Amino acid sequence: MITLGFVYVLAGLTFALFAILGLQDRGNPKRFGNAAFWGLLALSMLAGDYLGDFGNGLLVLALVAIAGTGQIGRAPGGEVAPEVQAERAAKHGPFLLLVALIIPAVALAGTFLFKWVPGLADPKQATLISLALGVLIALAVGMARLKPPALLPLQQGRRLLDAVGWAAILPQMLASLGAVFALAGVGEVVGDLIGTAIPEGSLFGATLAFGLGMALFTMVMGNAFAAFPVMLAAVGMPLLIKQYGGDPAVVAAIGMLAGFCGTLMTPMAANFNLVPAALLELKNPYGVIRAQVGTALPLLAANILFIWLFAF
Amino acid sequence: MLVLIGILIIIAGFLLRFNPLLVIMASALATGLAAGLDIAAIVAAFGKAFNDTRYVSIVWIVLPVIGLLEAYGLQQHARSLIGRMKGATLGRLLTSYLLLRQAMAAVGLTSVAGHPQTVRPLVAPMAEAAAEAKNDALTGDQREEVKAFAAATDNIGLFFGEDIFLAIGSILLMKGVLEGYGYVIEPLHFSLWAIPTAIAAFLIHGLRLRRLEKRMAQKRIGRETGA
Repeated sequence: MITLGFVYVLAGLTFALFAILGLQDRGNPKRFGNAAFWGLLALSMLAGDYLGDFGNGLLVLALVAIAGTGQIGRAPGGEVAPEVQAERAAKHGPFLLLVALIIPAVALAGTFLFKWVPGLADPKQATLISLALGVLIALAVGMARLKPPALLPLQQGRRLLDAVGWAAILPQMLASLGAVFALAGVGEVVGDLIGTAIPEGSLFGATLAFGLGMALFTMVMGNAFAAFPVMLAAVGMPLLIKQYGGDPAVVAAIGMLAGFCGTLMTPMAANFNLVPAALLELKNPYGVIRAQVGTALPLLAANILFIWLFAF
Repeated sequence: MLVLIGILIIIAGFLLRFNPLLVIMASALATGLAAGLDIAAIVAAFGKAFNDTRYVSIVWIVLPVIGLLEAYGLQQHARSLIGRMKGATLGRLLTSYLLLRQAMAAVGLTSVAGHPQTVRPLVAPMAEAAAEAKNDALTGDQREEVKAFAAATDNIGLFFGEDIFLAIGSILLMKGVLEGYGYVIEPLHFSLWAIPTAIAAFLIHGLRLRRLEKRMAQKRIGRETGA
């Protein structure tokens, strides 16, 4: 049976090869930093379960030290010239599109297959495992037809990852920070603060505080999942559900979506907001957030209104 | 109250544009110390969480495939495809992607599309081509905005589609938390109550995409800041 362990090995090997290829890139003055950074990430993927909690913590400290002191960077160039790309596109265009669609198609098919046919792969991780299989199949099909130099996919993949840089592990770092916040009880403190700020006896005031609180606290934590239990305990449960008799399904479901509006507006949700900006090589790292605020604010207002209209 | 120092460090660090990895580590250490943990315990807690959330970073394994396809001109092909479709305006293109992303997320297919898999190789170059079709003098700033909206559309489609799916993490979380208070609720109820917001998200963002299309069609010669 295929488990998530298989995907971690695949990711570990990919990062390890990026590290080795990066080391050989003599045009990059920061090649040692790059190699160490991706090498440590490879170690985490391959052997994280054997390092122990403190060992993993030291690994993270090393990653932060390398990136935080500016030891990683990218060498300029490395991309195929646009004219060559255009020439090749004219020849291979439809095939390239087909290969690009293999990844989502396999992810889709595998997700269903692994849920319906037990024993092939861990059904809880079906999509991630299928995604990895899709990558392998797409790579094999692409290599067979295009016959590029053997290392080209890895070299180009490394170039793309170097463009993203340390932001590649930002989402994982923020998720880990959330765990430390939970351990320290940050959520309860924030919940108490918001709970005391609500005007007495106002149903709309309480709804407003709940919706805004979900969005604001999500912006701070970068994740609506962290905000939900706190805001429910501080406002949703004692006031909206218990005191005013609101429908718990409505309060919870739409409250969570109010939190998602916060996710659209915060750099703390790095994988959605900062990583794409790096991946698309935008000049403004907050460009994606700027594009989202205009949707997030009216939608937040709509959510607060929906709770007020539908829950009571 | 003292544990809130971590939040202050995060906000200040992001505003002052320090390296976010350093800011996160500083925040974790300060928060842990304020809560009375010793340094070794904080490092271990952070390490455990980092190891438990490795799945967040495995998406980068798609990069060799994307790199291969881009070296052979996938972005150019995506652009020329849009160039040949006469009805494919920027607004229609991104609105269709929004709907597709919402619909797929609503049936649980959240990882099928995404920023590395679909936005960078396909949606962003297609959106650029669609904008160029109406405006042959697209400025660097306009190009940035089009790409940023391609990414934003992916996020909005995902967020306001996924909660309609019964077995998504957030629904399981809501069910679990409410059960802790003694309310047993079927996941279907949460799913149904996600639909009004999904519709509102589609309408609001769809409207903004139409306005984006109009804005991008305006030539802004003289405001070029470099492509």
